[in-house]
Amino acid sequence: MSILVNKDTKVIVQGFTGKEGTFHAEQCIAYGTQIVGGVTPGKGGQTHLGQPVFNTVKDAVNATGATVSMVFVPPAFVGDAVMEAAEAGIELAVIITEGAPVRDMQMAKSHATKHGMMTIGPNCPGVITAEECKIGIMPGNIFKKGNVGLISKSGTLTYEGANQVCNEGFGITTAVGIGGDPIIGLSYIQLLQMFQDDPETEAIVMIGEIGGDLEIQAAAFIKENVTKPVVAFIAGQTAPPGKTMGHAGAIISGSSGTAQEKMEALEAVGVKVVVSPAEIGKAIKEVLS
Amino acid sequence: MNIHEYQAKQVFAKYGVPTPRGIIAETVDQAVANAEELGGSIWVVKAQIHAGGRGLGGGVKLAKSIDEVRELADEILGMTLVTHQTGPEGKLVNKVYIEEGADIQDELYFSVVLDRAAEMPIIMASTEGGMDIETVAENTPEKIIKIEIDPAIGFQGFHARELIFGLGITDKAEQKKLMKFAASIYKVYMDTDAEMIEINPLVKTGAGDFIALDGKMGFDNSALGRQKFIADMRDITEEDADEMEAAKYGLSYVALDGEIGCMVNGAGLAMGTMDTINYMGGTPANFLDVGGSANAETVAKGFEIILQNPNVKAIFVNIFGGIVRCDRLANGIIEATKITDVNVPVIVRLDGTNAPEAAEILKNANIANLIVGDDLGDGAAKAVAAAKGEK
Repeated sequence: MSILVNKDTKVIVQGFTGKEGTFHAEQCIAYGTQIVGGVTPGKGGQTHLGQPVFNTVKDAVNATGATVSMVFVPPAFVGDAVMEAAEAGIELAVIITEGAPVRDMQMAKSHATKHGMMTIGPNCPGVITAEECKIGIMPGNIFKKGNVGLISKSGTLTYEGANQVCNEGFGITTAVGIGGDPIIGLSYIQLLQMFQDDPETEAIVMIGEIGGDLEIQAAAFIKENVTKPVVAFIAGQTAPPGKTMGHAGAIISGSSGTAQEKMEALEAVGVKVVVSPAEIGKAIKEVLS
Repeated sequence: MNIHEYQAKQVFAKYGVPTPRGIIAETVDQAVANAEELGGSIWVVKAQIHAGGRGLGGGVKLAKSIDEVRELADEILGMTLVTHQTGPEGKLVNKVYIEEGADIQDELYFSVVLDRAAEMPIIMASTEGGMDIETVAENTPEKIIKIEIDPAIGFQGFHARELIFGLGITDKAEQKKLMKFAASIYKVYMDTDAEMIEINPLVKTGAGDFIALDGKMGFDNSALGRQKFIADMRDITEEDADEMEAAKYGLSYVALDGEIGCMVNGAGLAMGTMDTINYMGGTPANFLDVGGSANAETVAKGFEIILQNPNVKAIFVNIFGGIVRCDRLANGIIEATKITDVNVPVIVRLDGTNAPEAAEILKNANIANLIVGDDLGDGAAKAVAAAKGEK
């Protein structure tokens, strides 16, 4: 078992024939992901990487039965692409593109929710179920199969965390990079629930960072709903205040979004919080033995 | 990206949001000419910098004669204004905005920001105008009205009613004016891809008009490509020179006050690296994210920017290669040390695809001040030791 995706998941790529889309689709195919086609408007009918190209997501879904879309379109077109996927019946859109305008993501996410489509990202490394299905840009070889679920706002910290878990002799069920944009798709709470429900996952690594209050919400959720051990790291204990957050933005949640308060909130509900990402592997070893 | 008050007011004016009349000046003579052009008998001389708290810092002053306008403009132009948002070093004032005086009856607070939890814009308003809203939130949170606006439906009548009744506006004509004001500001927010609009104070005049006495706007950088009108308002003198230089090469840089320079790929790992250095007893000199496609040129530029900081005693290069091959990065780093004269110890930790080959390349390069770190913890420990002059 795993969460979200597995070896049977059929995936299409939006922005299939572009440079990034091509490179990473190739890597995903090599990993074993079932890339069953892609969408590039105007190139419908062509074949790319041995797979059919379609003009619209609707055509692609009808012809291939794909349920997941990996989105590589340029930033200005992400909102449009995600809304198209939602209306075409895609169940999960994994948005890799960095730099999509926030306003577009507001509209796209709200539309996706209305159509029952989940999203991951944007600006994220994607999702991987170890040794089965990779949908994203992460180096597949570091994710060995195992019993640890991983959720992270940061791409390279996902790799760092997974690598340490595997170096300690454990492995990963599924790792999800949720992205660090102001508006993101699946977040800690939904994924914690999925990992809690996944019989194969025995422990969870949660990597957060400064800004917003998703980690604080996660802490409250863990208290009530998660019985599996959770290891957490929050990046930015040494980040200067005011550099990444707008003045008025900090006030809404009634808290300032510092690493410190997030760490305290998680610690208070029994999460094993590490002060350096270098300790993630050791902490997993501790909670699993 | 942020813009100045006078620019925000230009944007407001385009959308029919009432503001006092005003003209921007870069010299004292211009300031005087502007006051004469505006006419009247009372003017406000306002320093234009990207920071709040200008009034308390002495950057906003009232003039009751043209001579006083001259005196105040002379005093404020060229001053280094220190406010609670500028840091102790303050900000140089290059421009003053000369504005007509306003007949202030009531001061309100009004802002539109993105509520990350609700994933939609939120209007915040308060009767406690002119005060720092964070103080209001702390002491009297019940005095802040928050209204979520779903962009799919836009600003509706019920939103407007929540606002006027919440603020206790009872006069029919005033209600109408404030509803229009709020609808216009919401439109500005959506149309310009703003991240934040703050009007503090929003003033009710003796005649019952609502005008934006101040205006602060910040924008979503990701949307500037489709907001040429806004992007053209960028004032580079307000931005950090090192950060801008770094951005030209796709690097994200923030200076800190420690001793260990950091060069990392990915923002999260970059912060995690700073945290680790701190945990090991060192102090990070900067945040530097070299992005996903690090190569010899970007790494060389990274070294150059880090070394402009005289406090740097060692540099920790921490890269988790991902799909970028580590052996290529190792060659890039060696190349970079040739392009830029790196005169402090450099600790390099490369992980990911082809990491063992990369370590071999670095060891064989025989560069005296290049030390290989085995993993994040080991690399950070070696960097902390090197900065302290230990081997």
